[in-house]
Amino acid sequence: MTSIASAPKIAWRSAVVVDVVQETPDTRTFVLDVPGWPGHRAGQHVDVRLTAEDGYQAERSYSIASPPEEPRLALTVERLDDGEVSTYLFDDLRQGDKLELRGPIGGFFVWDVATGGPLLLVGGGSGIVPLMAILRHRDRALAAAGAIARHQLPVRLLYSSRRWDNVIYRDELALLAEKDSTLEVTHTLTRDVPDGWTGFRRRIDRAMLEAVAWPPSERPRVYVCGPTPLVEAVASNLVELGHQPALVKTERFGPTGGSV
Amino acid sequence: MKKRAAGKSGADAHRVDGNAAAGILSELFVPDLTVARAKCAGCGATRTIGVLHVYAHGMGTVMRCPGCDGVVLRIARTPTQLWLDATGAISISVSAAARS
Repeated sequence: MTSIASAPKIAWRSAVVVDVVQETPDTRTFVLDVPGWPGHRAGQHVDVRLTAEDGYQAERSYSIASPPEEPRLALTVERLDDGEVSTYLFDDLRQGDKLELRGPIGGFFVWDVATGGPLLLVGGGSGIVPLMAILRHRDRALAAAGAIARHQLPVRLLYSSRRWDNVIYRDELALLAEKDSTLEVTHTLTRDVPDGWTGFRRRIDRAMLEAVAWPPSERPRVYVCGPTPLVEAVASNLVELGHQPALVKTERFGPTGGSV
Repeated sequence: MKKRAAGKSGADAHRVDGNAAAGILSELFVPDLTVARAKCAGCGATRTIGVLHVYAHGMGTVMRCPGCDGVVLRIARTPTQLWLDATGAISISVSAAARS
């Protein structure tokens, strides 16, 4: 146990951008090298702090996209037109730049293989980010354990996006589902759909949850992340369908300027 | 202060979870307070702080009870001080596991 007079447990650190990946037209992943990073759990976030030359500071929370197994930290950021932090990160942050952050933060919205399953993940827009960390962690952690372990921790993902081009991690999700029969990925698109689309094409509602979710009798662990209206609608529908509130964990984020 | 109608007003779109306050809480408390439990002085319900409704603004963070909408915790940052107003919390309990 360290002395209470020592530095705060969650200290501000200087990270270096080692890679920038364009995920969709309005989302980018920043891969960071964070000296002294103590490790994290899937679902946690970091606070990012920007300091202007006049000393003005702005802080925002961003979910960690990378699994604990990765030495480098990945943050996927959606560019919000009125977001003073996200617009800077999106428009100005380049490979080699430094970024100030603290974390990992939050022990509430976390999952690891010891938490158990079955697992239901429901995401809207960039709410997929912490859910992706969970999926990546599950994939890595169970890779060595084999098929039996996967069947003990089956997972269903219901993911709402505006359009097919806005689906973050689209190819990686398809690859993960293709190689793993215990992972089911269901997309719903709320604006335009590509030609020949046979999937859902509306906002997540109770009928969709009933069709996709594990029955409440299976006692799934549920993680819901997205814009506040989506999260509240999904959480209340799940509870009305008979899921236990204590097993439904939510992470809301502020307005995204549109529906997903 | 006028009470908000739950799930109705436009301001509710800006509501986030107690998780979002984990960073600023870490400046005040050593254990992760988002997994601690707080008893609301408004309605007496005890909830995990991670599920409180959080309204974060430039100057501070207001954490409200999802049941009665009462303010449970309020944190304000001034140029020289960080203020915690906990009059809305009768008690806060941290599990032994979270303290290790």
